[in-house]
Amino acid sequence: MSTTYLGLPTFPQAAASATKDTQLRANLRHATHTIRAKRAAAVAELADWAELRAAGAAVKDHTLRHLDHYLLRLEAAVSAAGGTVHWAADADEANAIVTRLVQETGESEVIKVKSMATQEIGLNEALAEAGIRAYETDLAELIVQLADDRPSHILVPAIHKNRSQIRDTFRDRMAQWGRPAPEGLSDTPGDLAEAARLHLREKFLRAKVAVSGANFMVAETGTMVVLESEGNGRMCLTLPETLITVAGIEKVVPTWQDLEIFLQTLPRSSTAERMNPYTTTFTGTTDGDGPRTFHLVLLDNGRTDTLADEVGRQALRCIRCSACLNVCPVYERAGGHAYNSAYPGPIGAILTPQLRGTGTPLDASLPYASSLCGACYEVCPVAIDIPEVLVSLRERVVEGGEVTRAGVRTTIRPAKGHAAERAAMRAGRWALDHPAAWGATQRLATRTRRLHPRRLPGKAAGAWTGSRELPELPARSFREWWRQREEQAGGTAGRGPGAKDGQQ
Amino acid sequence: MRVALFVTCVNDLLYPGTGQATVRLLERLGVSVDFPAAQSCCGQPQFNTGYRHETEPLVRRMAAAFEGYDHVVTPSGSCAAMVRDNYPRIGARAQGEGRGGELARAGASLAARTYELTEFLVDVLGVTDVGAYFPHPVTYHPSCHGLRMLGLGDRPRRLLEAVEGLELRELPGADECCGFGGTFAVKNPDVSAAMGRDKTGNALSTGAGLLCGADNSCLMHLDGILRRTAAPMRTVHLAEVLASTREHPYAVPEAATGADTAAAAHIATESAGKIR
Repeated sequence: MSTTYLGLPTFPQAAASATKDTQLRANLRHATHTIRAKRAAAVAELADWAELRAAGAAVKDHTLRHLDHYLLRLEAAVSAAGGTVHWAADADEANAIVTRLVQETGESEVIKVKSMATQEIGLNEALAEAGIRAYETDLAELIVQLADDRPSHILVPAIHKNRSQIRDTFRDRMAQWGRPAPEGLSDTPGDLAEAARLHLREKFLRAKVAVSGANFMVAETGTMVVLESEGNGRMCLTLPETLITVAGIEKVVPTWQDLEIFLQTLPRSSTAERMNPYTTTFTGTTDGDGPRTFHLVLLDNGRTDTLADEVGRQALRCIRCSACLNVCPVYERAGGHAYNSAYPGPIGAILTPQLRGTGTPLDASLPYASSLCGACYEVCPVAIDIPEVLVSLRERVVEGGEVTRAGVRTTIRPAKGHAAERAAMRAGRWALDHPAAWGATQRLATRTRRLHPRRLPGKAAGAWTGSRELPELPARSFREWWRQREEQAGGTAGRGPGAKDGQQ
Repeated sequence: MRVALFVTCVNDLLYPGTGQATVRLLERLGVSVDFPAAQSCCGQPQFNTGYRHETEPLVRRMAAAFEGYDHVVTPSGSCAAMVRDNYPRIGARAQGEGRGGELARAGASLAARTYELTEFLVDVLGVTDVGAYFPHPVTYHPSCHGLRMLGLGDRPRRLLEAVEGLELRELPGADECCGFGGTFAVKNPDVSAAMGRDKTGNALSTGAGLLCGADNSCLMHLDGILRRTAAPMRTVHLAEVLASTREHPYAVPEAATGADTAAAAHIATESAGKIR
């Protein structure tokens, strides 16, 4: 992602205000807990879920290991089927390609299928700068666009809004974008959906150009696969004359047979559906059926660099189901906006700092946006060990080290603002590695316990005592108790098989 | 069978009662326990904050301290998980960085012999009824590392259900994280506190006066919130429940009266409101 994000609040800063927004907390809690329970039930129906999960991970790992091979195969197949393939190294290149392709059609508006890749590169904003208006047609994306808001969830972009807030948005904003909301619009889901349907229908019938993403790209036939739930995607993919698909290079799978796995795991993980409602597959162009012109823009934008990291590369298995968001206790309290990325939640916390780097205070704070509770790993349908990657990225933040940026191996310095912590960690480790010092620290702490204040100064200590009492220190440590007990028993404290002289 | 207690640095300094209870419990079950004084910290705070290289000397120290013991028992799910899940990783990374296989071998050896307390009781000793007496209503929070990394499953529950007099009350949202998360608690204090208040609110709604767990670091966070909000509940480590007998009963703190369930939801809301 080429945009600079300097000046955005760090995750803890942004999350702090979200935790105080009771409406947001209630909306998120209700939505995530509902979908969480439904997913669990849908997954529990399959006796071979663990095998499907392992198979999905294996297919993704195999494809990533031979990514160059499968991408070239995909390009050949798409070209043979009448499509044109474009390669974009970063967001700017991808935006420039799409802008040029739209301009070549002579049109000044496009309709869009919900797509994470185009959100990642900021395509709508880039098109707007070129005087091209992009209309989102997914219901939730429409809500977010009308409200001049940002998505806060991968699958449910308007999860932070309740239905009365949505009604207000439709009533106040639809007219500026096209057909106004019906008079006296209520906030019942049926009425809201009907208002959106009427508003969008005129756009579907008028548009000459559509932009989509792709959930999967089948290398053997050059086929794009788009999964959606509303039918808006089917409209966009079939009605316009020109179709432009923007997809990350990691979306390729070798064969149709591989889809068998993901078409089971993705719907159950994301919407808790047994079968996806609208699955559209399209291959190049066909006379008299669908778009006359098809372009595929293959997006790298940090993916090859991510692939170079042995621990972090598993993030590229992600199929964007968002199950990890729905179970994440941090996402539930902080909300999606706190991540300041197209990818919020646990997957965002490992994807964004890899795609964008850890150079800004915000991006350096994202790997810490987790209590490492492991709920995300448990539900991930492609077994991404998100806590493992988070810890690895924390190491990149505090220790720096070798990373790949724009294809070049380079050594980065530790992120700013960790010097005091590093010194404390080092001192702590030194004390813990020298039992005499550790024992003395303990004795000092326990003997002075009556003097300790209830609330502590300093950033880290104050962060604890702002909402919690400190533990009451005991009169003596465990090791002192043990030593006295051993002395009374006439034994030798700590003279176990492993105790060595000189370590005491 | 040579058994060593890995008490953990948090218990050593802040919760010696948990270590003592573990020793009493194991000795009552006929296990002779040793405490190798060379042990200190497993390195979890360092490792989970990103200081992998600072963790390595502690891995070596732990491996040396527990060399020669058949079983290393610890009353902490997260420290057991650190040794079992992360020591092999730390060793593998060191090897990958061309620094030899010594750390990997040391870590793997210790990982294979390390048991969280409930695993040791149920799997190695083969007991679920440890002869404990604890005549109080209790709710149990299964901490994330025990639940998801170690896969402790129903071991803690089976042990608690066999305790004479104990009434186990279901904790709503039991599998949700309490919000401690090590340095997460101070790096993301607002989210951490919000998670903790939801957890204590759920615990209070059971009406029990005691919130039991197998990880004192999580309980330190939750107890801190309970005391700050003057809630009628305190935390207790599972080892202290299991060590409690008719002859030497656990002394329940005065504040741990519990709320009757009707009033508990109200108290939970009130408590949450008192912070900030």
